[in-house]
Amino acid sequence: MSAYEALFWFLTVMAISCALGVILSRNPVSSVLFLIATFFAISGHYILMNAQFLAIVNIIVYAGAIMVLFLFVIMLMNLNADTEPQKNKLVQIAGVVSGGILFLVILSALKSSTANTLEQTATDIGLIKNLGKTLFTKFVLPFEISSVLFLSAMIGAVVLGKKGESHNGQN
Amino acid sequence: MPIQYYLFLSLALFSIGIMGTLMRRNAIVIFMCIELMLNAVNLLLVAFSKMNNDPGAQIFVFFIMVVAAAEVAVGLAIIVMMYRKVHSVDINILNRLKH
Repeated sequence: MSAYEALFWFLTVMAISCALGVILSRNPVSSVLFLIATFFAISGHYILMNAQFLAIVNIIVYAGAIMVLFLFVIMLMNLNADTEPQKNKLVQIAGVVSGGILFLVILSALKSSTANTLEQTATDIGLIKNLGKTLFTKFVLPFEISSVLFLSAMIGAVVLGKKGESHNGQN
Repeated sequence: MPIQYYLFLSLALFSIGIMGTLMRRNAIVIFMCIELMLNAVNLLLVAFSKMNNDPGAQIFVFFIMVVAAAEVAVGLAIIVMMYRKVHSVDINILNRLKH
């Protein structure tokens, strides 16, 4: 087993076990921490696949920004208690069974597909230079539209946050 | 590595996300499971990008991250607003949309 394969299996086991930790832990704060570990494992996979830019962006944006936002909201709401109400057992079992059935169906559908091996050769399509060139030539219109999306999301978040405040003030 | 391994890994992560969405009652944990599903798809797109030597898929991952960030900002604002109103993030209480 080469070092590449060992790394692959280590990251795979880490990603899946931490993802299970997200849905199984009772405390929302530990769910967030497990999710951050999952994102680090996925970033490791990106590095193995020569997508260095996405690996760094994944760590900065997801683990750095989005998860900190989640942590702030959980801390602000004082939800870090273990007293979360649980769904009844029947609903939980139904959720697990339906997710497992989806997994099995797609697994059996894809199992017979032709094997196509990813070579370990170093490609440079994942570097900032090439991605930037593609982003600003072929995908420049979606890039600009995404800035409008960000602006509207920002305004929407501010409006939603302020509205509740004034509503509470009226009450 | 055969491409199937990446297929099955991202499929497993996606299924775990679906299970969490169906199992949990905390709205924030459900939100995190949606993030998990988005990341499973991202992982698969990067694997296919490596397979076909095509940078377009990685740009697509970039846009998915953009949309996820916007979604989290608005979604958490909605959750905070609901929490101010009903003092809970339990989805069994939040199932009315209107009071």
